Amino acid sequence: MSTATDTLHHDEHDDHHHHIPTGIKRWLFTTNHKDIGSLYLWFSFIMFLTGGAMAMVIRAELFQPGLQIVDPNFFNQMTTVHGLIMVFGAVMPAFTGLANWLIPMMIGAPDMALPRMNNWSFWILPFAFLILLSSLFLEGGGPAFGWTFYAPLSTTYSSDSTALFVFSVHIMGISSIMGAINVVVTIWNMRAPGMTWMKMPMFVWTWLITAFLLIAVMPVLAGVVTMVLTDKYFGTSFFNAAGGGDPVMFQHIFWFFGHPEVYIMILPAFGIISHIIPTFARKKLFGYASMVYATASIALLSFIVWAHHMFTTGMPVAAEMFFMFATMLISVPTGVKVFNWVATMWRGSMTFEIPMLFAIAFVVLFTIGGLSGLMLAITPVDFQYHDTYFVVAHFHYVLVTGAVFSIMAAAYYWLPKWTGVMYDNTLAKWHFWASLVSVNVLFFPMHFVGLAGMPRRIPDYALQFADFNKWISIGGFAFGLSQLIFLALLIKACRKQGEPATDQVWDGAEGLEWEIPSPAPYHTFDTPPVIK
Amino acid sequence: MNLLTKIGTSLFAMCLSLPTLAQSVESEGRSDLNLRQGVTDISSQVYDLHMLMFMVCIGIAVVVFGVMFVSMYLHRKSRGAKPANFHESVKVEIAWTVIPFIILILMAVPAANTLIAMEDTSDADLTVLVTGSQWKWHYKYMDSDIEYFSNLATQREQISNKFSKGENYLLEVDRPLVIPTGQKVRFLITSDDVIHSWWVPDFAVKKDANPGFINEAWTNVNEPGVYRGQCAELCGKDHGFMPIVVIAKDPADYEAWKNEKIAAIQIAKEEEERLLAMNMSMDELMTTGKKVYLAKCAACHMPNGEGLPGVFPAIKGSSLALNDRSGHIDILLNGRTGTAMQSFAKQLTLSEIAAVITYQRNAWGNNTGDIVQASEVHTYANGK
Amino acid sequence: MAQQEQYEKYYVPEQSIWPIVGAVALFLIAVGAGNFTIEVSKGKEGFGGWILLAGIVMLIVMVTGWFRNQIHESMSGLYSAQLGRSYRQGMAWFIFSEVMFFAAFFGALFYARMIAIPWLGGSSNNAMTNEVLWPGFEAVWPLLQTPGGTESTQMGWFGLPLINTLLLLTSSITCHYAHVGLEQNKRKQLSWMLGLTIILGCIFLALQVEEYIHAYDIGLTLDSGLYGNTFFMLTGFHGMHVTLGTVILIVLWFRVQKGHFTPDNHFAFQAGSWYWHFVDVVWVMLFFFVYIL
Ligand code: HEA
Ligand code: HEA
Ligand code: HEC
Ligand code: CUA
Ligand SMILES: [Cu+2]
Repeated sequence: MSTATDTLHHDEHDDHHHHIPTGIKRWLFTTNHKDIGSLYLWFSFIMFLTGGAMAMVIRAELFQPGLQIVDPNFFNQMTTVHGLIMVFGAVMPAFTGLANWLIPMMIGAPDMALPRMNNWSFWILPFAFLILLSSLFLEGGGPAFGWTFYAPLSTTYSSDSTALFVFSVHIMGISSIMGAINVVVTIWNMRAPGMTWMKMPMFVWTWLITAFLLIAVMPVLAGVVTMVLTDKYFGTSFFNAAGGGDPVMFQHIFWFFGHPEVYIMILPAFGIISHIIPTFARKKLFGYASMVYATASIALLSFIVWAHHMFTTGMPVAAEMFFMFATMLISVPTGVKVFNWVATMWRGSMTFEIPMLFAIAFVVLFTIGGLSGLMLAITPVDFQYHDTYFVVAHFHYVLVTGAVFSIMAAAYYWLPKWTGVMYDNTLAKWHFWASLVSVNVLFFPMHFVGLAGMPRRIPDYALQFADFNKWISIGGFAFGLSQLIFLALLIKACRKQGEPATDQVWDGAEGLEWEIPSPAPYHTFDTPPVIK
Repeated sequence: MNLLTKIGTSLFAMCLSLPTLAQSVESEGRSDLNLRQGVTDISSQVYDLHMLMFMVCIGIAVVVFGVMFVSMYLHRKSRGAKPANFHESVKVEIAWTVIPFIILILMAVPAANTLIAMEDTSDADLTVLVTGSQWKWHYKYMDSDIEYFSNLATQREQISNKFSKGENYLLEVDRPLVIPTGQKVRFLITSDDVIHSWWVPDFAVKKDANPGFINEAWTNVNEPGVYRGQCAELCGKDHGFMPIVVIAKDPADYEAWKNEKIAAIQIAKEEEERLLAMNMSMDELMTTGKKVYLAKCAACHMPNGEGLPGVFPAIKGSSLALNDRSGHIDILLNGRTGTAMQSFAKQLTLSEIAAVITYQRNAWGNNTGDIVQASEVHTYANGK
Repeated sequence: MAQQEQYEKYYVPEQSIWPIVGAVALFLIAVGAGNFTIEVSKGKEGFGGWILLAGIVMLIVMVTGWFRNQIHESMSGLYSAQLGRSYRQGMAWFIFSEVMFFAAFFGALFYARMIAIPWLGGSSNNAMTNEVLWPGFEAVWPLLQTPGGTESTQMGWFGLPLINTLLLLTSSITCHYAHVGLEQNKRKQLSWMLGLTIILGCIFLALQVEEYIHAYDIGLTLDSGLYGNTFFMLTGFHGMHVTLGTVILIVLWFRVQKGHFTPDNHFAFQAGSWYWHFVDVVWVMLFFFVYIL
């Protein structure tokens, strides 16, 4: 094995030392970043379907007023577990999976820096979610206190399964922290010679910053769930005024984690979009340096805005003002990103393959979500918006049409590199257009019912919200079904049914990953590539 | 690519039509599409702020998406566009950092002013203590003896789709809060158990009810009327069934209501005394007990007395309900601290407590034959 | 690996069973700890404790096996300087995550002292909180009487805590000299200084136990309100970290006896000593904010 060309073009006999293992052992014991990336991606997709199925229960119950399908206690469990699964089980692992597949290929490294730990990080996840999901079947049911598990609803007033919830969050956290450490170290230490900081692809940059956020805030989540545990079971009173604590303190600690967490779910998306748009506009990314600085500013600001989730908790007016202004500020660097993407398209030579379509949908729909976020930041008006479907609309725009769309864009963009075959374009078109239309039918009217006064997390509602809710549910079912098209497409691609892909795949694509064969050989860059 | 342009234009049109849509219903004051203007000066300030933000956002969206769609149209490969090779420009980048910043400052100033006004609870004419508990509100007028609980009034059968739903489905209560118009009413908001949030959209008041702490809010209502809201913080199973109704009356009507209420409280006290001396029959106790049980207890312990395993205990077959008579009285009077089982001493009269205990000890096969009278509850309460 | 190129190859390990063993171990720990907590607090019977124990045993087996592999690889010269950097950076970020974990509890302490308790006492926008809900409650720190009426006693900083501080500070110095010994290839100094560090760590732990017993005697308990909560959670988690640190040092000591580590290849030692210094710094913070202030 040895020279660069060897590695590049004769992947079959690349390995006398590392043979490609087969069977189940390959996946259980693997230390290969590509295998682990695939595991993460498939796991996240399964979780997306599971969390989506719960959303379908929510939407079915809310299809019309009155209680019809589930009882309120189970409804709350569905809401809670839907939120938890989508955030911790679908979006975060999907980005980690992409990081695993792409970062080593993008920076010219042979693998992730700590391959065994990489495997450990992944395999914790299925177990963590097994615990969370199985708690739904316990007597008294699973967690029913919202994904934000506000005390004292999650302490004194929760069902017994809370202990399981706490420990499953603990091990999810361990997994994320190890994953993030691996990413930082890989990027810091494994770049091929010549891959200087300011030559790093945007996806790598955004993940580096995301990983910092993860390492900084996941331990805080671990801390706060620990306090929930001791408050519930061991007589402490962190969140109980009678003992000198404060339920609002829970929210401060939670959101100190929670707000950076939402940027953890969007920064890698920004990275992905910054790859796809230049490729299909056939023009270099506009304002590379300012993209990097904007990402870093968003990350830094994310540490000082947490209390915008808590405007109604009765903070002193000075604190409310501080958090309002700080939150508004985040729009500036985010705006820079949006403008840069538009400027990249400007006077490009655009084609509209599926990844580009998703990327464009991302820019538009994420911006809508961002702008409603900006409205939420205005404290006096947030008093009206808070805990209504307006907030639900906001975060589904940034999460579903933001994070999830970017993940789909990424899947389409890099799938030919991973599998060696082009995806089925007909299915892909159906998937995109069906998703685009249904997702807006699903989430756009939520703005209206929210403004009109429908609170979130309720299983039944007043009659004036009935019409829109019906549409929302219809949109929801349609969006859910559209994802089954995606499932079919992915299965087809993974079974290598499709036209063989070229090495470069897209004629405007640039970056190291496009210089290796499609499908990418099991081991890449055993010797570092030359960076131009 | 035609499809794309079509979608583009329709999205665009959608954005443009929104403000018109919103405006068109504005006159009616209440809308299915937009925030309501409400009935206080503050609420209309909030509404204006909301519209301002909304317009600014629409403006930004139109510009950004406009440029983008134009570019997508003009600079397509299929139209023969050749890529330019510029990829940075310090000037535009500074411009699009600074301009948004200025827009933000322009929005922040009115927002800050409104916020300061909203949080100024000083010099109130009337103060009401609002206490949330699972799943009802309690109002206490700080300047008189008036205090009462306010429960959801929608029938269970409407919720389970057996009866057709009334106009104010889920937004109606048995005893609404009554306040005078034209006066500054201060709310002290707190909770007995988990966090709730007291929200009346027409007043633009939403404040969390945190157990162990008191938050303050205020309103000054301009027009008499009935204003409805809901609990706005997830507070457990029946979070969706915890409405708020406020009736604003002219000061004169308000005074009249107040006097009537005080008189009614007096009469209720006397009635209570009278009942204490009386013994009710098993039948009477069972019918009252069943009514009380369904109204106050069934939310947790379920109409069939079986509770929700793991969350709310069953009364049917509970050893406390079968054997421990004083324990049963005790748990009703004092609740059990640190659980959802609250004290009912203030929510129910002594005879109602006696009735519901009797009911629980004899319904669903709990055939103890025990009869508990109001006097026994009274003795227990005072003996403590 | 056939021929040595001019550049040092990054060692990508082959398949390993240890990660999945570790994942199963964490699974057992989480399920076990969850059920154990429920069983203990409800006084129920169950398998929680046993599952937890099985998980911990499995984790120990896993760590042993994994590190054995690692040591073997390291000793057979598979590791490049670049890999050493990966490990060091990984360890540094791990310690940073630990810092953030403690930050959550310090944050709770500061919030309670500076905001929650004064508010319960009626300051800021909470005059009515005190007047209506907690009349007569006075906000003082340490919170020896909670608003609900639970009483506890203050733990002074003089005496055991001070001795413990001195012990740990000294141990940080001995640990440093052990490291210096290693770097200058003075194996005796290394071995002695490391041993001394371990002994100091153990004494610290013993005294900490002593202090806990004392605390419970004088009525400062985990459930005696926020003062007790923060006291025990912070010192408790710190104590757990000292325990772990001591175990690491003990393992290192045995490896030193076996002749492991060279002046320029001793990642494990460095990681252990970093960890020890970190535990030390946390203690100093603790001593300052929990005991003195
Ligand atoms: C990916 C996730 C994600 C992202 C990126 C964001 C982005 C933002 N969010 Fe959102 N948010 C959530 C996920 C996210 N949010 C979630 C999950 C919740 C609910 C949690 C819960 O309670 O369960 C929430 C809730 C939430 C609230 C609390 C609402 C409430 O409960 O009352 C607020 C309030 O300030 C807020 C604000 C913002 C802001 C200002 C941004 C900004 O970052 C947006 C910036 C972007 C733009 C502004 C658009 C592009 C910019 C331009 C085109 C430039 C020009 C514009 C101007 C300068 C005006 N969000
Ligand atoms: C990235 C995160 C993410 C994603 C992708 C989604 C996706 C969706 N979400 Fe949700 N959502 C949240 C994050 C997310 N959500 C969060 C954080 C909350 C707050 C929780 C809380 O309040 O605590 C929330 C809350 C929330 C609510 C409010 C609930 C309430 O307040 O009571 C609703 C209501 O409509 C909703 C709906 C949906 C729908 C319809 C989708 C759709 O996009 C889902 C698409 C559907 C599918 C993908 C299903 C496909 C599968 C099938 C059709 C069947 C196959 C079946 C099997 C394989 C078993 N979500
Ligand atoms: C908000 C929920 C809620 C409501 C409403 C409620 N309870 Fe309870 N109740 C509980 C909970 C929770 C417990 C368990 C307390 C514990 O864990 O000790 C309980 C326990 C009890 C018990 C003791 C059962 C046992 O076996 O230990 C009795 C009796 C009881 N409730 C009667 C009533 C009556 C009578 C009413 C109505 C007037 C009522 N409850 C209303 C939540 C509620
Ligand atoms: Cu009370 Cu929600
Ligand atoms: Cu936020």
